[in-house]
Amino acid sequence: MQFFLEVLIGGLLSGVMYSFVALGFVLIYKASGVFNFAQGAMVFFAALTFVGILEMGVPFWLALVLAFGAMVLLGIGTERIVLRPMVNQPPIALFMATIGLTFFVEGLAQAMWGASVRGLELGIQDEPIEWMMEATGIGVSKFDLFAAGVAAVLVTALALFFQYTRVGRALRAVADDHQAALSIGIPLQTIWRIVWAVAGFVALVAGLIWGARNGVQFALTFTALKALPVLILGGFTSVPGAIVGGLIIGSSEKLAEVYLGAYVGGGIDSWFPYVMALAFLLIRPEGLFGEKHIDRV
Amino acid sequence: MNGRQIGDVILDLQNISLRFGGVKALTNISFDVREHEIRAIIGPNGAGKSSMLNVINGVYHPQEGRIVFHGEERRRMEPHMAAMQGIARTFQNIALFKGMSVLDNIMTGRITKMKSNFIEQAIHIGRAQREELEHRKKVEEVIDFLEIQHIRKTPVGRLPYGLQKRVELARALAAEPSMLLLDEPMAGMNVEEKQDMCRFILDVNDQLGTTIVLIEHDMGVVMDISDRVVVLDYGKKIGDGTPDDVRNNEEVISAYLGVAH
Amino acid sequence: MLYREAGQFKATYAADQQIFPIRQDRIGIQLLLALAFVAVPLFASEYWLKAIMVPFLVFSLAALGLNILTGYAGQLSLGSAAFMAVGAFASYNFMLRVDGMPLLVAFALGGLAAALVGIVFGLPSLRIKGFYLAVATLAAQFFIVWLLTKVSWFSNDSSSGVITAQAMVILGYEFASPQAKYLLVLGLVATMALMAKNMVRSSVGRAWMAVRDMDVAAEVIGIRIMHTKLLAFAVSSFYCGVAGALYAFAYLGTVEPEGFNLDLSFKILFMIIIGGVGSISGAFLGSAFIVLLPIFLDVLVQDVFAGLLSPTIASNMQLMVFGGLIIFFLIVEPHGLARLWQIAKEKLRLWPFPH
Repeated sequence: MQFFLEVLIGGLLSGVMYSFVALGFVLIYKASGVFNFAQGAMVFFAALTFVGILEMGVPFWLALVLAFGAMVLLGIGTERIVLRPMVNQPPIALFMATIGLTFFVEGLAQAMWGASVRGLELGIQDEPIEWMMEATGIGVSKFDLFAAGVAAVLVTALALFFQYTRVGRALRAVADDHQAALSIGIPLQTIWRIVWAVAGFVALVAGLIWGARNGVQFALTFTALKALPVLILGGFTSVPGAIVGGLIIGSSEKLAEVYLGAYVGGGIDSWFPYVMALAFLLIRPEGLFGEKHIDRV
Repeated sequence: MNGRQIGDVILDLQNISLRFGGVKALTNISFDVREHEIRAIIGPNGAGKSSMLNVINGVYHPQEGRIVFHGEERRRMEPHMAAMQGIARTFQNIALFKGMSVLDNIMTGRITKMKSNFIEQAIHIGRAQREELEHRKKVEEVIDFLEIQHIRKTPVGRLPYGLQKRVELARALAAEPSMLLLDEPMAGMNVEEKQDMCRFILDVNDQLGTTIVLIEHDMGVVMDISDRVVVLDYGKKIGDGTPDDVRNNEEVISAYLGVAH
Repeated sequence: MLYREAGQFKATYAADQQIFPIRQDRIGIQLLLALAFVAVPLFASEYWLKAIMVPFLVFSLAALGLNILTGYAGQLSLGSAAFMAVGAFASYNFMLRVDGMPLLVAFALGGLAAALVGIVFGLPSLRIKGFYLAVATLAAQFFIVWLLTKVSWFSNDSSSGVITAQAMVILGYEFASPQAKYLLVLGLVATMALMAKNMVRSSVGRAWMAVRDMDVAAEVIGIRIMHTKLLAFAVSSFYCGVAGALYAFAYLGTVEPEGFNLDLSFKILFMIIIGGVGSISGAFLGSAFIVLLPIFLDVLVQDVFAGLLSPTIASNMQLMVFGGLIIFFLIVEPHGLARLWQIAKEKLRLWPFPH
């Protein structure tokens, strides 16, 4: 039982990390209807840029600001060069463009900062919390708990931002209906730029946490692949969906690996979340938090 | 117009009710359609006219009521089965296949009549090739009938609105339906285009004997061409009868003009 | 002035429904085939045949498969490489385990195995659409590669699932020389391309496009959506499966499951984007482009910018150029090279009087 709980909690906490990446997808999808496959590449780009700047001897906080600046530039560039010229194209074409963007951003990041694996130290150890270990016998990583805390703060901040600021309101309007939003004078392109910048920020946070955990390396781009089943589960447009979906995927993946993986040779975490999300979709095609869609003809 | 003979009831709708969640789209509606007639469904926006057509061809499944088509009571049915039974339709918002040419769009109308399988079609000798040519001939007849020879190779996306509507009618006719459902065939057309469309509808009814159920907002047109009219309002039937009956029906007048309280 | 259809009247529907209704196009395709079947094997160097022409043809076939599913039937798939893997491993096992299995039958069975797997992974398309479906096809990608790696039976118990394809022998003749391999691949690919063209210009192709363009209307005119979608998955996977078998047998000889990874799936997707979504010739144009581009970039780096760029920068520049070109094509010509070719022909028809 103790072991089960330990696996479960470990899974939930790593699920939080999936949620981070999924959150970036959701933001962009909500505001612009673009399924941004490059979110994983953005995580990689952000982490690598941050570490690169840090290595030049820049203090931590300044490096954070500079890396965020780089993400904003990337977002604005994407809006200007990729999205704007493709405004009237079908969503599938935009999706494919973001696959192209993935390659471009990955290449750019490595061309600028090199391809070697870097460590990243945030000053929080990846070790069990002692008092909890003593009291309950369950090992919970400090680092994972810290990551979960950051996620909670981030999600709350985003929720407040969407709910109570002018930009947030405009953003929801755009998400609802582009044409209608345009016609009441909401500047679509500005909104898109803001969203990409915010998604860039989310990518930066995700990159720092993932990077501190697993090292800053090309494998960070695969975080996107981890986040996709979270999206099908939680729905492409739901922020709570991204969080809950991440928790479900994270925990079930770990449990499956531990209890099921042994029988089939292990390594099932590459596909298990997908199959699970898929099985779920067959029962409920609109996802966890999606709305049922009625075809009108 | 007197060449055709209006026959027996072929479609009988009894006490149809349709809900989406808590929203009642249709409530307890009954009416019938006779063979070879032109039956109009009218009513203000949101009265449930399109829902009614969707019920007839199986896109929506009413929670209550009986549908009897050609003497047979129908259980739950999918749209492609309606097509098999000879019901074709056009849509309020044009539903052509945008990536295809006019000719290919109309050819899809004959899909239920093609017998060769995909392997025969891949090899493309014998039956598959013969079939293509036979059906092409049929389709060309429809093209001649609706006078759209000049655009047969044009991608439908490039056509003006009025012609797209005509191509959609052609696609429906290519299936040689016994019953044709038309959802606002003249919406958004200018007078000349409307006249053309009216002529086509009457010709179809007269020369091919097709039974027609149509939704239309233009009262002049409805009163001129239809044999009987059903009036819906807020998902309920408020009138049914010949154009003259309906024109003098108190409830219909108040639904259209508003009523003094 | 040579490209004119004036004076070519079609008196029958049969004449109008040919694949190439314009005489000059027919002559053009005959020349192209003569070139491919005669001139290339006679004059191309061994390197060209082995490293460029064979992979070009194999990828064209895979791109054709994906184009049937994505371009014609409108179902986006990110798992083409997995279906190639199924084809490769199934053909290998049929050759291995069935005595006297004829090579072409083994290829066909490999394709059929891929088709079956394709149908299974196509089932979600009946309930989910668009991006949800695209993500679902990733399940196929990861699961199949994992399964082929983990279950050693598939690779006859070799380490990490590596298989070495058997020699290609048909009726006692061994296709061993680069020329022979090339001609075998060319023959198969040309035949299957013709069959694909025939399908997409017949009612099955129209049903696919109808489902792609507007599924509700398609159903109303009598198209069975489920049947149509699953058929697209099956046919598409069959093409990918045969392509995978050729990839193993005629191109690399030795393959492992990891070789059929997501990158390869993306590569095939890029081929149809650049070549032209929903076009048979586009699959070939896109494949040529994607096969030739890295070679061209390598030459550029080595000969033109020799010594100027470090290898890391050069390989990353390649990624950037690749990604940039995808975006460029999507912005400038979403219908790809095939459309550019079509536009060029339309211009040529009118030239020198453009109005």
